[in-house]
Formats: sequence, C-alpha cells, structure tokens
Amino acid sequence: MSRIIVGPFNRVEGDLEVKLDISGDAVRQAFVVSTLYRGFERILNGKAPADALVFAPRICGICSVSQSVAAAKALAAAGGVAIPDNGALAVNTIHATENIADHLTHFYLFFMPDFARATYAQEPWYEAVADRFTAIKGTATADMLPARAQFMHIMGILAGKWPHTLSIQPGGTTRSVAPNEIARLSAILAGFRRFVERSLLGDKPERVIALKNRDELAAWAEERRPQSSDFRLFLHVSKALELEALGNSGARFMSYGAYAHGDAYLFPPGVWHNDRVLPVNLDDVSEDMSHAWYDQPNVPEHPFDGTTFADALRGDAYSWCKAPRLGGAVVEVGALARQVVAGHPLIRDLVQSAGGNVHSRVVARVLEIALVTIAMQDWVRKFHPGETFCHHGDLPDACRGVGLTEAARGALGHWLKVSNGKIANYQIIAPTTWNFSPRDASDTPGALEQALVGAPVRPGETEPVSVQHIVRSFDPCLVCTVH
Amino acid sequence: MNAPDFRNNGFIRRPLKLVWMQSGGCGGCTLSLLGAEGPDLITSFEAAGIEVLWHPSLSELSGREASSLLERVRSGEEPIDIFCLEGSVMRGPGGTGRFHIMSGTNEPVMAWIEDIAQKARYVVAVGSCAAYGGITAAGDNHVEACGLSYDGEHAGGLLGGGFRSRAGMPVINIAGCPIHPAWLIEVLHLIGTNRFTTSDIDEWERPLAYTTHLVHHGCARNEFYEFKASAEKLCDRGCMMENLGCKGTQARADCNIRAWNGSGSCIDGGYPCINCTAPGFEEPGHSFTMTPKISGIPIGLPTDMPKAWFVALAALSKAATPSRLRDNATAQQLKAPLPNRQKKQS
Repeated sequence: MSRIIVGPFNRVEGDLEVKLDISGDAVRQAFVVSTLYRGFERILNGKAPADALVFAPRICGICSVSQSVAAAKALAAAGGVAIPDNGALAVNTIHATENIADHLTHFYLFFMPDFARATYAQEPWYEAVADRFTAIKGTATADMLPARAQFMHIMGILAGKWPHTLSIQPGGTTRSVAPNEIARLSAILAGFRRFVERSLLGDKPERVIALKNRDELAAWAEERRPQSSDFRLFLHVSKALELEALGNSGARFMSYGAYAHGDAYLFPPGVWHNDRVLPVNLDDVSEDMSHAWYDQPNVPEHPFDGTTFADALRGDAYSWCKAPRLGGAVVEVGALARQVVAGHPLIRDLVQSAGGNVHSRVVARVLEIALVTIAMQDWVRKFHPGETFCHHGDLPDACRGVGLTEAARGALGHWLKVSNGKIANYQIIAPTTWNFSPRDASDTPGALEQALVGAPVRPGETEPVSVQHIVRSFDPCLVCTVH
Repeated sequence: MNAPDFRNNGFIRRPLKLVWMQSGGCGGCTLSLLGAEGPDLITSFEAAGIEVLWHPSLSELSGREASSLLERVRSGEEPIDIFCLEGSVMRGPGGTGRFHIMSGTNEPVMAWIEDIAQKARYVVAVGSCAAYGGITAAGDNHVEACGLSYDGEHAGGLLGGGFRSRAGMPVINIAGCPIHPAWLIEVLHLIGTNRFTTSDIDEWERPLAYTTHLVHHGCARNEFYEFKASAEKLCDRGCMMENLGCKGTQARADCNIRAWNGSGSCIDGGYPCINCTAPGFEEPGHSFTMTPKISGIPIGLPTDMPKAWFVALAALSKAATPSRLRDNATAQQLKAPLPNRQKKQS
C-alpha cells in the first residue's frame, strides 16, 4: 500500500487535498481534506440579523445567491415574513441564473478539460475532445464564456450584480421589474436557449427532458455524430471510458427542494432510499466533529446548537470540514439527488441501474440546464409589473429559523438563532460539507471518500486521472464546505 | 507629460506570464472576472499579451504538476511578470498560517504568497480581501486575516507597507467585493504596454481609473438625492442615503458609470452601496442597511463638503421637493410620472 497526496486540487471551487492509499491497480482508501478555514459562523455571531444578508453571500463566490437565499429564508422563518408572488418569481429567476451558470462553468471549465489530458492522446475520440475542451485554449471556452456572460445580464436587471447581491430579502426582492424589462429578460433567455440548443445539446431542450431511460438516452446520443454537440461528445467519451462504473456511491440522496413558490417546488424535497422518497426530517440532521479540527462536543450537534471553535492542532482530525449525517447516515446531494428525488424518469432509471457515478452526476446537471431554462422562460412571463415585489416585517428580539435551499451542487441549510436582537448562533451546512465530509465517530467515510474506493490506476500513473474525474463529478465547492 | 512609447506598437513582445493564487476568500472575484465582456476573458488576456501560467479555476495542471510549477516560480527558476492574489492572507492561528495549508505541501499558503510576491515584476491584490483583509477579517478576526500590504486601514499586512515589487511598484489593489472584471483587465492591459505607473493609483494603491469617481456619479437616483426625497424601506425608489445606509456619496468607484452584468449596479438593484472598495468596509460600526445619525442628521456626509452647508442645503431642498419625487421616493413602482409641460390637452 502506498500513500499519495493529491493537491493543490484545482478546477474545483476552493481548496482541496485528497490523500489516497493505493495498492495494485486501484485506490483502496481515501481521505478528503478541506484545507481552508475562515470562520464565517463566528463572524456572524453578535451581528444585526439583517447583516447576515451582507456576509452570507460572501461565503462563496460561485454559490453566492444560494447563500443569500438560505439566509433570507432563515430570517423569513424567524420573523414570519411571507413573500409575494412577484418576489418568489424574482428570487427563483435570480437563483436559477446562478445555478445554471454554475452548471455551465462546471461542465465546460472544470470537468471536461480532464479528458483533453495527454494521458488520453491515443484514444480515438481524443482529437475532437482536445480541440473543444483543452483548458483555456479549447473552442468550447470561447463559445461558452460569452454565452454565460450574456445570460448573467439577468443579474444586472434583477439583482444589481453578481456575485454578492443584496437584492434578496426575507420578504422578496428589492428590485421591481417594469414591462420593458420583462421583454429584456425574455430576450436574454431566448439567446441563452439558442446556445443550449446549438452548442450544448444539439437539440431542443424539450426533447432531452422527455428522455425516459438510459436506452432512450443512448439512442438519442447515437442519432448524430459525437461532435454535433458538447453533451453528445461527453456521452461518447463516457461510454468509451465506462464512466458509469466510476465513482460509485449512493444508498441515500437528499434534496431540500428547489425553486419554491408558495407551497410548491419545481423540484420537490425528499430523501431517496431503497427506491422510494421519504420526507427530510430536520431533527435527524447533526454534525460530527470527531475528525475535524474543532473542539469536539460529546455528541454530534444539531445545527441549532452547533459550535465552531477551531483547533488546528488536533492530531486525530484531518479536515476543516465537519461531518454532517442524516439520522447517522451519509447522504449524497447535488443535481443527481435533486432529480432522483423529484422523480425525473431518466435519472431514476440511471440511479436504479448503476447508482450515483461520474456519468449519472454529469447527465443530471445537463438535464437540469434544459429543465430550468424552460422553467425560467415561463417564470418571467408571469411577473405582474405594478404589484409588490417585497413584503416587510420586524424580527422579534428573540427567535430562530432555518433556511433551506438547493445550490447548484446540492442541499444548503442555514440555522439561525437570535437573542437580544442580535445573532446568537449561526450554523451553515453546505452541499459539499455533505459530499466531502470526513469520517465520523464510527469511522464511516463521507460520500466522496466512499466513491473513490476502487478508482482505477492506469499503467504508469502516479496521480490517477480517474480520481480527477470522480472528485470533479461532484462539482465540489470547498469555500462553502468549511465557510 | 512624456509621449507614450509606441515602439513595438506599445507592446512588450514576449507574453507576460501570470500566476494566480487564492487564499482566504470566496473565489467571487474570479467568478466576476469570468463575466468579462467586450471581449470575453480569454480574448482579453490575449489582447493584454498575458499567458496564464497557472490559475486555480482555469488551468489543466493539478496536483503535483501544479505544485512543482509553483515551486519553480518560487525558486525563481520560472520567472513571472504578474502575481495575482485573490482572498485574504490567513495568518492564524497565532501567526502560524495553519488556517490555510497549501494542499499537497503541508506548508501555510502564507509562506508561498510571501515568496512568490518577491519574484514577480508586478503584484496585484484582486479584491478587497487580498488588498486589505476584507470580509474575512470581519468580527474579531480570530483567523488573523490581512491584505498583502495592509491590515485593514493600516499599512503592513503580509508584505509590509513599504513593499515594492521588482518593477518598483507597491501592491496594486484592485479593491472591490467583488471586483468589476474591467477594473482588473484594464490594469493588466496597461501593465502589458508598460504604461501602468505609481501615478495611476490612489492613496490606497487602487487604480485611479475607477476610484477617481464616486459611486454617486451617474446614480440613477440623483434627482431624489438632490431633493432629499428618501427611501424608507429597501425596494423603495428614493435616495437611500438618509435612512438605508447608502455610502454612494463617499464610496470611490465607478459602479454607476460602468455597468455590472450588462446594466446593473448595487443601487440599481435597489440596495445601498456598502463602500466595498474601501479598507475596513466589512465593519462599518452599524448595520449595513441603516444610516447612523446624530440629531436626525446622517454622520456620513459627502467627504469634502462643509457640514453646515450640507445641512442648510438639505433643509432648503427638502422644502422644495416636488410632490412627484416625494411620492415616488417611498413607492416600489413609479407612482407619479413626469408632468406634462408642453403638450396641450385637447
């Protein structure tokens, strides 16, 4: 058995190190290390509750709006503020813009460039992939960056700027929309849809979201040559490299539910376990710190009572990431979890046939780009100019609330306690805290740590390329993870 | 003034090698930068003659390939022209830097930053965190976050206030939370053409190109400001200075002249300027969306106007406020349109 340490692990958001024990031609054990601690939960203590809306988005530059939404929802729950129809539509449109832009950034800039590595130079598909996806120089980057930037004009209209908007409030948004701006939003979405159709999918999004199972997906992929779209090219490479057998995980998948409007969600919440959807019981959420660099409580803490006291010298710990568990169990979160819980037939079929893996995680993200683009076109048509976008309310001097949402990379929760009109405790469990969790008190590894076991080592490799694919298939965000 | 040097068409012929590192921040400046337009980021780098040796979000090199490249940069074997740091320097706990270990090396990132900064011709702090400490230094700053050559408003930081890079420049502070993509790209372009000097930066070493303006300049709510027709709640249309903590009349940046994400700005988005380009903005001493006042008069008045004059003018203009502005100031939607002065009613 030999130990290697892979880092700096780039093309992920934030700082990551992965320790691997390798023997023979496979990884036998993995330890995932989050290497940066900033202490946002401590910063927030003692602040005016409304100031959480300034600090929370700055936890993360890529999930900034998700952090705002979770903070605003925690404040809304604590203060009992309702959100008007326009406000819900605007929050969802802003949030969807970030989430879809993140999916694009992940696919084009973070994930695909690994297939353009020299290690694959002998593969028959290599030339097409290298031409399109070589880091920085590939033609896909040149196509995607302007499309993404134009898509983000939605933020210029609805959120002032991105990242780090203050437009998202407990009772809605600070920016009303005029009729001409609805026209502009629709035009931006039409332009973005064109990119999705021509470059990403090579087809109408309606056709892709109608695919019901893995055979239909495979048949769709074969309809045209791989180079006809970026998704088809991925599916071609995925088949050739058998990515469905790589990075397997997944007894449990969790989603807090995405794009709430009234009591309904575009993608409803739940836990997928043993082929069925169960409700998320928040009382079952706890964080274990037996392998994290913090003062260790006697028992895993529920986030309402969670503590964050850094102890960089603890010898039995190896990460700044706490280990969240649901009823003591490891769960995986992300687009795949969201879609399997929401019941998309293609994703259900992929998960039931091969679980979570590199292939299914990426397919779920591309599918979401199609699903959410269509939904956004619908939302902007539903704005009622002239009606309110924001309700206001006063926060009691002592109260508490939890704010749950779905970032691009999965379930995000903020647990807020207020006393004497100030924040008394603020605990955050981010998507990658779930996925990249270290071991817990019973030495059960986190989701990625489990998914890395068995990762193959190609002849002559010291740092296996398979590990690059598996880690990035989760679209990790390490700045959120530790915060 | 000397004529610019147009030999070689103004360009240094060889590409400028750039290394980018991240430490105690959120990555938001990189994400903002990816939104560069007219042209896109990669084309902008090309136009500025920049070769990205390594960037954590963009480069193929990972793991040992990346750390050995950075090791060569650190030793001077691989010369670099520009070193960009995004995020605060993490000095804690107790000055050890252990709150941020460079992955794969077991060494504090702080040590890498310090060494690589000595090798670069230009050192650029990308964002208020890298410049002054920023958001990461908020609260009791138990993580000991600081900027490259500032600790909040105090000269010092990791490299010291007297630091000069190999080109003789102090750390160039592209302050902002996050940066506007063009703030950085313009500086890179000017460095590439040898035209960026100490006369292009202000007293906090921020590029004058954007800090010669106030956020107030070009604010679409200026008419409300003129008549002190004030918003009372977030999402009202009026001026946010009197009640909602807006610092646009003191904050130095061109946010309402240079559009964000196509057309926006914080104030256009309906929320106040929090002066994010200034050192120490993260601890204003009051809630961000509330204006601190003494005897009903805001403390933070425009910087170079005598207070008595401001109070007198404000009282006058308040007395003269048209009802149109007074009504619109506290409404979410336009209530009273501009009056018709010319067209005869039939």
